[in-house]
Amino acid sequence: MMSPLGLHYGAGCRHVDWPRAQSPRSMIGCGGRERKNLARSWRLHAVQALRMEAVAGSRAHGGSAGGGKKKRDPFPGAAPLPQHKVKKFQRGQKSQLAEVSSQRLRDHLALLEQKVELAVQQAARMELLLPEEPGFLEGDPGEDTCTIAQADIAEAADIASATKHFELTLNQFGPYRMDYTRPGRHLLLGGRRGHVAALDWQTKSLLCEINVMETVTDVTWLHTENMFAVAQRRWLYVYDNQGVELNCLKRFNGVLRMEFLPYHFLLATASETGFLQYLDISVGKEVATICTRGGRLGVMGQNPANAIIHLGHSNGTVTLWSPNIKEPLVRMLCHRGGVRAVAVDSSGMYMATSGLDRKLHIYDLRAYQPVQSLVLPVGAGHLSFSQRGLLAATCGEVVQVYRDVPMQPPHKPYLSHTLPWTAHGLRFCPFEDVLGVGHGSGFTSLLVPGAGQANFDALENNPFRSRKQRQEWEVKALLEKIPSELITLDPGQLGQVDAITMEQKHHERVERLGFDPQAKPAFQPRRKLKGRSSAGSLLQRKRKVANEEQRTKIRKSLEQQQAAEQERKAAPRAQSSALDRFRK
Amino acid sequence: MRVKVLSRNPDDYIRETKQDLQRVPRNYDPALHPFEVPREYVRALNATKLERVFAKPFLASLDGHRDGVNCMAKHPQSLSTVLSGACDGEVKIWNLTKRECIRTLQAHEGFVRGICTRFCGTSFFTVGDDKTVKQWKMEGPGYGGKEEPLHTILGKTLYTGIDHHWKEAVFATCGHQVDIWDEQRNSPICSLTWGVDSISSVKFNPIETHLLGSCASDRNIVLYDMRQSTPLKKVILDMRTNTLCWNPMEAFIFTSANEDHNLYTFDMRFLDSSVMVHMDHVSAVLDVDYSPTGKEFVSASFDKSVRIFPVDKGHSREVYHTKRMQHVITVKWTSDNKYILCGSDEMNIRLWKANASEKLGVLVPRERAAMNYNQKLKEKFQHHPQIKRIARHRHLPKPIYNQAKELRIMREARRRKELNRRKHSKPGSLPFVSEKKKHIVAVVK
Repeated sequence: MMSPLGLHYGAGCRHVDWPRAQSPRSMIGCGGRERKNLARSWRLHAVQALRMEAVAGSRAHGGSAGGGKKKRDPFPGAAPLPQHKVKKFQRGQKSQLAEVSSQRLRDHLALLEQKVELAVQQAARMELLLPEEPGFLEGDPGEDTCTIAQADIAEAADIASATKHFELTLNQFGPYRMDYTRPGRHLLLGGRRGHVAALDWQTKSLLCEINVMETVTDVTWLHTENMFAVAQRRWLYVYDNQGVELNCLKRFNGVLRMEFLPYHFLLATASETGFLQYLDISVGKEVATICTRGGRLGVMGQNPANAIIHLGHSNGTVTLWSPNIKEPLVRMLCHRGGVRAVAVDSSGMYMATSGLDRKLHIYDLRAYQPVQSLVLPVGAGHLSFSQRGLLAATCGEVVQVYRDVPMQPPHKPYLSHTLPWTAHGLRFCPFEDVLGVGHGSGFTSLLVPGAGQANFDALENNPFRSRKQRQEWEVKALLEKIPSELITLDPGQLGQVDAITMEQKHHERVERLGFDPQAKPAFQPRRKLKGRSSAGSLLQRKRKVANEEQRTKIRKSLEQQQAAEQERKAAPRAQSSALDRFRK
Repeated sequence: MRVKVLSRNPDDYIRETKQDLQRVPRNYDPALHPFEVPREYVRALNATKLERVFAKPFLASLDGHRDGVNCMAKHPQSLSTVLSGACDGEVKIWNLTKRECIRTLQAHEGFVRGICTRFCGTSFFTVGDDKTVKQWKMEGPGYGGKEEPLHTILGKTLYTGIDHHWKEAVFATCGHQVDIWDEQRNSPICSLTWGVDSISSVKFNPIETHLLGSCASDRNIVLYDMRQSTPLKKVILDMRTNTLCWNPMEAFIFTSANEDHNLYTFDMRFLDSSVMVHMDHVSAVLDVDYSPTGKEFVSASFDKSVRIFPVDKGHSREVYHTKRMQHVITVKWTSDNKYILCGSDEMNIRLWKANASEKLGVLVPRERAAMNYNQKLKEKFQHHPQIKRIARHRHLPKPIYNQAKELRIMREARRRKELNRRKHSKPGSLPFVSEKKKHIVAVVK
């Protein structure tokens, strides 16, 4: 028999992550404080073990009474928090209290720091209460996960999950582009020959199905499942979930790709004439029109962390755009041939590109440098990152999913699946272990364990929200719509202190005072007797002083440089990490 | 093969019946909340705008006096009671919850110059132009009874102000000299003078209760200790100080309302420099009163406006004015830190909220949480130019606006002149004198 959530792995053997107990013998070489800590942790674990034994013993003996002794908590205080869990919630840097001159401000900042610390710890503790755990797939010893077929996964998973693997055969109007809503509940399909369908893919109930009698190049959901945009042969259309045409935007013509920026309520479109346009869908205003001068724009991706649009061009470059600047923020040469696909991961740190040179590159977007590169047999036509960082790529009719690509070069995919036809659109479903692929003969939904975020935040995206909740969310989201002017490469910049430089400060002071208090009066040679104050000798003395000053200056700066160099060399390189490449 | 695919049981996420609350599972992982800072910024901007939308500080006008309101006093025990004295010698006692006058008595002939309550709240004292000090019971006479003072002291000179000791049965009056009286006696315990001049106001320190401060018309602020027979020290300013008010939380700090449009906060130990100069009024400041927290104070001015200043800031955070309010003569901050009362020339007492956009009444917990969150956001982003601009904007009546502009131009011209003078003189020959010291002429001990 199978329980609804029956999982087919070692029943009841939950892996508990005890810190490894150190043997007292291994502590001989430690320093005083470390030794004390180790000793304490050893004692702690010993006590823990004893306590567990005691509990087991008392159970075995039928729970004998503890006697008249008052019970004492063997682990007083709050439970310790592992550092990596705390680190996840830390933002920014601690304020440098020593630099603050005013006592009152220093006290205020210290109090704030305490509060922030407490909030971080509470948030880290909150993780314990999260109900779900992410999915995973592990092969038997010697078995590659990429050889496991979808049918096997579906069979091994529970019934509810098995229904998430399905195939829609729509071989009349293909190939299909597709899109999921942000809570991941609804699916939108757009066949090139005009077939547009919106459905709740979990219950498989159809919202609407229309044929727009025109070529459809791309489809995308807007902020809720009530509206979607369809890029048709000439113009851009907006329909509601009943298939009623709400708007026809004739200023957006020849659109090839669309991306919706949910927090800004912007629809970014890339056209065949090389225009990148932004439409504010909350007020229906065109925010920006940018002539990219990059030819036909068939490759587009958005960075979900900072709402920057990435465009791939036929000359192998990828350009980064914000609606505020008419020039690309960054232009990167990524491939020798044209760029075929671009995708950015959810943290906004890594970008995957594939090109006609059949290569797949992973770029670090902080340094704009490649971190991994691999050659695919046919080259990837579509790329997509999942919420937890899996990368899906389509090579013709083969869909491959890679795991941990930025960290290590994958020699084998995590999962692989062959479609009946060449793929045309690819998206991971948010908050589900599902990868949707639109292809020439319809749509396939694949199970990719470990793809989706296990625990959603209902105030952000709730897959189970009711109509009323959605309406409330919509109002809230509209109220905190981020203006398009705030789209920058670093969205956190707005919260940073705009410290003025030393020069600026000095300049302002001079302005305020009317003179420069730090200015040194020029050297005036003293008058000497016996004809030694001739014009020539005066000049000579002046020069001598000036030269000496300059020499001192140079000597000082050289010393500083050397000291910095030595300090850098003397500092021990503890461990090589992925971030070392940013060091100078 | 071991596999686990995400599969959520809808029962854990959807409420069972319509009577239940909706389930809202939270996950505070920063990865699920992108654009943290821009979204908070937008929320802060919205909160600031809403604050300005809801800023409706004026609550009520208490009318009934038949002449300008000259002085007011708070009841030490009852939040809803306030006393006021008018220029025609009439004293009224008001009930603030009902917003009506509960008692009227003709206390003096001519002005009621000063009014103060006894610390226990059973009686109050008035001084008037008829050279008398009168003590009255807080409760009125029974039906058919006559309004009669408990005591009347006939003085030799005019009294201009009165204040009661915070703990003992002692009060102080001022006029030609500062007199300290025992309640039981008809002559002062001691009279304190320093030079011959009329003294406009006297105030007891609420913490160090033996200390008194007074302001005289020869531009002095004089400090006294009740236990000594001579004054402690005095500071001479550029212009006359009208009143002063002690900080109820910090014993040494007091703020004085000056004729030169400014207020000066002093530390009584270091009188050679003021702690802060508060500028914004465009005419003489007539009265000042501290909030019970000691963090802010309210000032009333001849320019027909009331301003609220933080103690540590040089400019006001709020200005209140109406079309009908004339020169504001007296102002009080109520003991619950929520309201401000001001009495003005045109015979009305006005009741204002101390925090203009505050919602009065009971708040539901969610409302309170939202309010606190918004408050924090406003604080966090207060220095951003957009938000600062909206938060700072106040509509001012045209005369005040123009006068302020003119004053700014004058100040700028003086600054420029000084700058030029400094530029063309020997470096160091023109010393910098800070605004805090500029207006202090001398300190005498």
